[in-house]
Amino acid sequence: MPLHEWPKRNDGQEHDLEHRSGYPFGFMDEGAKKEIRRAILKAVAIPGYQVPYGSREMPIARGWGTGGLQITLALIQPDDILKVIDQGCDGSVNAVNIKKFVAKVAGVTVTTDTAAATIIQTRHRIPEEHMTDQQILVLQVPYPEALREVEPSEVETRRMHAEADYSRMWLYLYEDIVHYGEITISYRYPVTVNGRYITDPSPIPRWDVPKLHMADTLFLFGAGREKRIYAIPPHTTVVPLEFEDHPFRTENFTGKSCARCGATESFLDEVIDNTEGVRSFFCSDSGYCDKRREQCSR
Amino acid sequence: MQPLIRIRGLTKRFGSGCDRCLAATGPEHDTNLCPHCGSVLACNDLSFDLFPGEALGVVGESGSGKSTLVRLLHFEWEASAGSMDVHRSAAGSHLLAEMFPENGDYSRNLLLLSHFQRRQMRNALMGIVYQNPHLGLRMGVSSGGNIAERLLGAGWRNIAKMRQRAAELLEKTEIPIQRMDEPPANFSGGMQQRVQIAKALSNNPMILFLDEVTTGLDLSVQARVLDLIRNLRSEFNLSMLVVSHDLGVINLLCQRTMVMKAGHIVEDGLTDQILQDPQHRYTQLLVASQL
Repeated sequence: MPLHEWPKRNDGQEHDLEHRSGYPFGFMDEGAKKEIRRAILKAVAIPGYQVPYGSREMPIARGWGTGGLQITLALIQPDDILKVIDQGCDGSVNAVNIKKFVAKVAGVTVTTDTAAATIIQTRHRIPEEHMTDQQILVLQVPYPEALREVEPSEVETRRMHAEADYSRMWLYLYEDIVHYGEITISYRYPVTVNGRYITDPSPIPRWDVPKLHMADTLFLFGAGREKRIYAIPPHTTVVPLEFEDHPFRTENFTGKSCARCGATESFLDEVIDNTEGVRSFFCSDSGYCDKRREQCSR
Repeated sequence: MQPLIRIRGLTKRFGSGCDRCLAATGPEHDTNLCPHCGSVLACNDLSFDLFPGEALGVVGESGSGKSTLVRLLHFEWEASAGSMDVHRSAAGSHLLAEMFPENGDYSRNLLLLSHFQRRQMRNALMGIVYQNPHLGLRMGVSSGGNIAERLLGAGWRNIAKMRQRAAELLEKTEIPIQRMDEPPANFSGGMQQRVQIAKALSNNPMILFLDEVTTGLDLSVQARVLDLIRNLRSEFNLSMLVVSHDLGVINLLCQRTMVMKAGHIVEDGLTDQILQDPQHRYTQLLVASQL
């Protein structure tokens, strides 16, 4: 759509929604949305750089996805189709609450189908299905600073980013290997974005990290409590920190499959039965699992 | 022979400064505190050369500006004025283009480089050993890791190679290799100092700054550390700037010595000459009080 048509796109509908809910379209006022969109533009222009912004008060508590929610609300249009997941699951309380809220204040349709969605807000997972250049993935971020583990001071981490002084992060990994024989970071695995900034990919499992590399999709990261927005634009290099003799590796599910849909190529959650103690595995991405079962039953 | 680094007019002022600072401070006034504006001139218009393979001593009483000088040269503090340039032979090839745009023998003023470039320069060129090992080492990180940190900063990404390099250096500095994965916090003061030296040498520096390295060690350990430094100097052909208030250390390590007082260099020359035949009043006092 040409840019000049963009503001006119919601005429009529917007007014109607405002009338219905008592809030502006998308809950936030236009000034707030403008600020967040500007922060997003800057974040896309400098891949991996954390852009500070004025995180707004949301009707859910900080730390429960307000950063992702604000990005979603700043971007969403009435014809968007929204999917919200929490650790891969469409049905968890937090995901359902956010989904209902956005549907109410923006009047959008919701879905659990990854392929059908235009905006997907997620906590701690990237969907299994391939995402296209027509989609945006919004990730909720608890701790945007990848260097926080090695340096508690914000002033100091900003200096480290500015000077690309990352030897202490590398030292942390070195010590890990010396003590344990491998890197023990299981989620929030630090990555180098576009050859420059070390970035926190949010607490996604290692499994999802390769999906960020040279993807077709725009990834936006919002940390509401920490008041930071950053981005990994499409077709950007994302390289996990690794050593020549200790390469990065993902979780290994060899010989295991989903007990519900039989998938062998998805990220699996381990579930232990409370009464009988039986160990079984299920797809963490519930939308993907449902889709596979549907296809099988047809 | 051309100097490896040239320092000209190096000045560090703490405070606002005024027109009369320079005239009102210095050894003749016996203070570095300007009585008019209250600024402290920790280093005042220092100029000297450091030659390749040379050990240059800096002596002076507490507060004379010795450590400030080292911190300025190691880019830890910002100089208020002055220049520092380095000979073409010292810079790594990847730094040459940025530092030597005019094809001269000497770099541009390093003190005016960006923080990022200064960090690169420091990683490629310099090593430092502090009086207090807590400043130079991470006490909670293994000794091998402390050495690896510098290598990682210089772009090494191979654990096995880094461990090999760390083992070599620890062996040279007489730390048992079995203790490589122990943190320096477990070590004695002398051992910590030797780990610090190993860390400083890890990136093959051209210039090594030694800031009161033996102060606080007992005499036999002092002797071993000094012996080690002498051997390493000849082995690696290091240029060293040795800061000490101990004339014995200076005498043992340095061919050339500068005497500092109230932020100024009051006397400089061959170490023997300075110790045998001190010219400046303060140097005479210093030499006389040594015995």
